[in-house]
Amino acid sequence: MHKAQFQSPLYPYLLLLPQMAIVAIFFLWPSAEAVRSSFFLQDPFFGNETFVGIDNYTDAVTRSDYGRAAWFTFLFTVVVTFFSLGIALLLAVAADNVLRGQGPYKTLLMWVYAIAPPVAGLIGIMLFDQHIGPIVDFFALFGWDMRVGVDYWDSGIAMMIVATWKQIPVNFIFFLSGLQSIPKGVREAASIDNPSASGRFWTIIFPLLAPTSFFLMIINITYAFFETFGIVDVMLKGEPGNNPVTLVYKVFLDGFRGNDLGGSSAQSVILMVFVLALTIVQFRLIERRVHYT
Amino acid sequence: MSQDQIAVTGKPVVPAAPSASATGAGAFVRRHQIVEHIVLLFGVLLMMGPIAVAFTTSTHDPVTIHSEGMQLGFGDNFLPTYEAVIFEQTGFTKQVTGWGMSLNSLILGLGFAIGKIIVSMLAAYAIVYFRFPLGTLCFWIIFSTLLLPLEVRILPSYEVVQGLGLLNSYTGLILPLIASATGTFFFRQFFKSVPNELLEAARIDGAGPFRFFWDILVPLSRTMIAAIFIIMFVVGWNQYLWPILMTTDESFYTVVRGIRQILQVWIGADIPDYNEALGLAIIAMIPPVLIVIIFQRMFIKGLVESEK
Repeated sequence: MHKAQFQSPLYPYLLLLPQMAIVAIFFLWPSAEAVRSSFFLQDPFFGNETFVGIDNYTDAVTRSDYGRAAWFTFLFTVVVTFFSLGIALLLAVAADNVLRGQGPYKTLLMWVYAIAPPVAGLIGIMLFDQHIGPIVDFFALFGWDMRVGVDYWDSGIAMMIVATWKQIPVNFIFFLSGLQSIPKGVREAASIDNPSASGRFWTIIFPLLAPTSFFLMIINITYAFFETFGIVDVMLKGEPGNNPVTLVYKVFLDGFRGNDLGGSSAQSVILMVFVLALTIVQFRLIERRVHYT
Repeated sequence: MSQDQIAVTGKPVVPAAPSASATGAGAFVRRHQIVEHIVLLFGVLLMMGPIAVAFTTSTHDPVTIHSEGMQLGFGDNFLPTYEAVIFEQTGFTKQVTGWGMSLNSLILGLGFAIGKIIVSMLAAYAIVYFRFPLGTLCFWIIFSTLLLPLEVRILPSYEVVQGLGLLNSYTGLILPLIASATGTFFFRQFFKSVPNELLEAARIDGAGPFRFFWDILVPLSRTMIAAIFIIMFVVGWNQYLWPILMTTDESFYTVVRGIRQILQVWIGADIPDYNEALGLAIIAMIPPVLIVIIFQRMFIKGLVESEK
């Protein structure tokens, strides 16, 4: 349907002015600057620049610590996405089935959504603390001497657990609203065809949730890449040392601590390309979602 | 569509359904719900346990926490902890208080939410209700902001803001965060769903673009505005990376930014003030948590709708 519209030579530009000005100054300009400086080598003391072509890219990618960070980010993303989606789905299915107490459960399960990642990181670093952390005591019962902040993988696992915990509420909210939008008639028909609850779930309910799940997967990958900065920063107490870092955290470290502008920008651009690809996939999925509903 | 089909094919079943739930099947359902309640209680423990422990531990004194670990019971240090967190002046300049940081967080949260709503409503109005030569181009430029989160362009963004002399200012803190166009898309979707007849009727009554926006569109969007406000306030209050870069002057620290400062102090200490660190964490979560819980229904609506 075509929308009825106003005709005016001036109004639309005035209305768009604030948004376009902010986008131009704080988005287009810095983005272009990131791409440009990724091809230059900057002298941090005198401010001189030398054009170096793609050297920053080859340097960044071939350095061993970049490979380590990329590998860790990959594992981190897979683990966080898988477990936060899995646990949230389980909870959403349970919440969808109960007749009483759904309200309080919902409130308590989504509470953590409102907590900032660094705040989650702070609580996490306490729970995983060598001296006072109950989780470390718990794992010690099984003979695992967990040393978060010292041991590479112990720190990594602690970060994954906190990042998963923080992401469960969003997934839970989307899964629950997805489940509740499945028409009652479909469920009733399903329960006649298939008396087993788990069979019903996997053959009928789960396929109907597929669009929501795909969409959430993208959201979760974006989250694991970008929004976990606060968790990583706080859990490493700002001093990464020998501990694992994500790629976004490395952009920050190299740019602001290492004063390596070109290298940091090149890493930014690599991440931009990655997000771009992810967004294209996301929009493809949204188009398909329209077909479902 | 699917509902119609079920209604047709499922006709003979309908009378059977109530009787089934009343007898054997009812017991079956109830028995099954025990499993579901166990799963949910486990989930609540998983999600709320860490917060509960954080709160109870914050009510003990640091020596107890240091020697005995995190505490499950309520301690007797509640008032001293929170008094120190809220009113004691800390930081290098000894001028930062939890109260002051909370005010900064509030300014950031409100400024971000309100600014974003105003800017994006105006832009969405122009895009949906006007036909003009550069409309499509503007749309795609705004659209492109969704592709690159702030995290991948932090260094150049910092340099731009520094170049404009906006470091350590509320403007520099808020405006760059508004650049992402999520709000514009949200309102664009909503305006598109507003029936055409409203605009035609308004035009017949002689309403211009301004009158139509203010007298019809804004009142119609009230629940949408509220929903997006809740989400954006939480997002703004919880900002971390940008405030870290932007604010070197402690008088501009937000509570979430303050979390990082507490860790810096921690590194040199014999017995860190665990209680105060956790107290600050609790204070940092109270406003966003309250908003989300009080306006739960609206918040869920906003979240689910805005991602469509």
